[in-house]
Amino acid sequence: MEKFVTLTSKAIPLPIENIDTDQIIPARFLKATSKAGFGENLFRDWRFKKDGTPNEDFVLNDATYSGKILVAGDNFGCGSSREHAAWALTDFGFKAIVSSYFADIFKGNALNNGLLPIQVSPEVLSAMLSAIKENPNTELKVDLKNQTITVLGTNIEESFEIDAYKKMCLMNGYDDIDFLVSNKDKIEAYEASRTF
Amino acid sequence: MSKTLFDKVWDSHVVHSVENGPQILYIDKHLIHEVTSPQAFNELEERNIPLFRKDQIVATADHNVPTKDQHLPIQDLLSKKQVEMLTENCEKHDVTLYGLGHPYQGIVHVMAPELGITRPGMTMVCGDSHTSTHGAFGTIAFGIGTSQVAQVFASQCLLLSKPKSMRITVNGKLKKGVLPKDVILYIIAQLGTNSGTGYFVEYAGDVFENMTMEGRMTVCNMSIEMGARGGMIAPDDTTFEYVKDREFAPKGEEFEKKVAYWKTLPTDADATFDKEYSFNAEDIEPMVTYGTNPGMGIKITEAIPSKDDVSFEKSLEYMGFRKGEKLLGKDINYVFIGSCTNSRIEDFRIAAEYIKGKQKAANVNALIVPGSQQVAKQIKEEGIQDIFEAAGFEMRQSGCSACLGMNEDKIPAGEYCVSTSNRNFEGRQGQGARTILASPLVAAATAIAGKIINVSEEVEELELV
Repeated sequence: MEKFVTLTSKAIPLPIENIDTDQIIPARFLKATSKAGFGENLFRDWRFKKDGTPNEDFVLNDATYSGKILVAGDNFGCGSSREHAAWALTDFGFKAIVSSYFADIFKGNALNNGLLPIQVSPEVLSAMLSAIKENPNTELKVDLKNQTITVLGTNIEESFEIDAYKKMCLMNGYDDIDFLVSNKDKIEAYEASRTF
Repeated sequence: MSKTLFDKVWDSHVVHSVENGPQILYIDKHLIHEVTSPQAFNELEERNIPLFRKDQIVATADHNVPTKDQHLPIQDLLSKKQVEMLTENCEKHDVTLYGLGHPYQGIVHVMAPELGITRPGMTMVCGDSHTSTHGAFGTIAFGIGTSQVAQVFASQCLLLSKPKSMRITVNGKLKKGVLPKDVILYIIAQLGTNSGTGYFVEYAGDVFENMTMEGRMTVCNMSIEMGARGGMIAPDDTTFEYVKDREFAPKGEEFEKKVAYWKTLPTDADATFDKEYSFNAEDIEPMVTYGTNPGMGIKITEAIPSKDDVSFEKSLEYMGFRKGEKLLGKDINYVFIGSCTNSRIEDFRIAAEYIKGKQKAANVNALIVPGSQQVAKQIKEEGIQDIFEAAGFEMRQSGCSACLGMNEDKIPAGEYCVSTSNRNFEGRQGQGARTILASPLVAAATAIAGKIINVSEEVEELELV
């Protein structure tokens, strides 16, 4: 997994609430057996019209906005557990998602793929969206070590929570498999001690 | 210290607590299917890590299988490849597979309980968010991503932080025609689609105590639709009776020993929860959804609420509905009875009880999709299949079918489908399809009338078990 330490980037606003993983990557694109290439169909049915041409009204097709950070509405990533959603977002080029709320399974999947979910208050989210809308060249700075997100050129700054272990993993590019496998003796001891 | 059902099961599965970090949680059973496992098998092979406990894994093919002519090769080449890869991976790693054509094949959350694989007090995971279904047995069961599938392959464990606890109590007597699906749709409509995020739910009260195991599975299945990773119901005699004598259930003395242990699991009287909600059974009526998340539900006789909110309006626009409008009387051309929420024998018995002697409306395409080969067999043996076929319903073979718009079974763009599945997201049942979630009884009544009707007015004579 790629390391994540700091990130400074412009951001793309998507202020819709309850964006579910079926929107991020519809089920008909889950037939692949590798992790590559899902970015092509990220937000497929919002990004493209039925005839396959780009939907100009959708923010990812709007040249005004670009960047590696997606700023989205409340309860991002709800629904299906498909990790393909995290793969689609990273494959498209996103490194961080900002929202006022993340669904549990998505949050875990994102962290397991080096994609940082940053939860901010609804007020900060709304201020960020306004700042980006006002000036699409606005840059956001994410500092994982200090757990802060700043809207450069403004006074918007917020600290965010992250599990200390997950933070260590992201900053070093570690994943859980290595850690779990290194604890095999404890796992075997647990199995041997089970009485129920 | 007093403990909840969830605490008892969780704490007994903690292998190790990382200082200031997550816990290593042992997983008893790992269910896998064709869609979320291939990348996990690849991951292990790339790292040269063997499967740690292959005997604790059970596989089936469900999401991406056709529900017609299952004896023939799968037509869609990508689907075919994915299903074949599951077979290859299971053969290579010596994992039990109930694949297409096997008498135990079925939707993973229908198959495992009916075989006695799911039992109280366990930890179970699957790369599918509706794994919460198994919580009906007093089991900690939840959906995981593919990276976690690989972790369980490698270590039979996951690294997790213990979620907070919530109890939802529903007391009283349900009205006739109000099914477990209505209960959970009502709860989600009351609490909202993200109310459970970060929590594990316990459902308590007479309503759940008096529910059958199949009803409890329907309720726990949809816990994820309010954001909760899982939902549980305390194991009791109904649970033990259901598990007893099933294929992989412990037998004889071993079973009695297990029951004695399972009886220790219910929440202690003075245990506390981080959050509590309570509802009255009498307030619940048959439910339908009108929007694009499962929290957007109303009583079947109610009008769509008015809310000035961009996301709400976007949702109504997708559905082609207006604020203040009623769904009663809406013409419906598609009805789907199936999915891991409602494809067990009781669901079909109830639908058949309503349908018998009637004919589906000419405008309706009605699909009946059993959750497993065993359910399909029961439907046939009990004569229910004859009722469906005589009424003009189309009987299919087992699989996830039209729940998720992945396999061949899809609802056409712009069409409404009254569906017993669990998600009404945009495009969930096919691009542009509009899903109205409901119980098997409401779905059956819609298929007969060709429109949404107030089913409560028609249940007096029915024998709804």
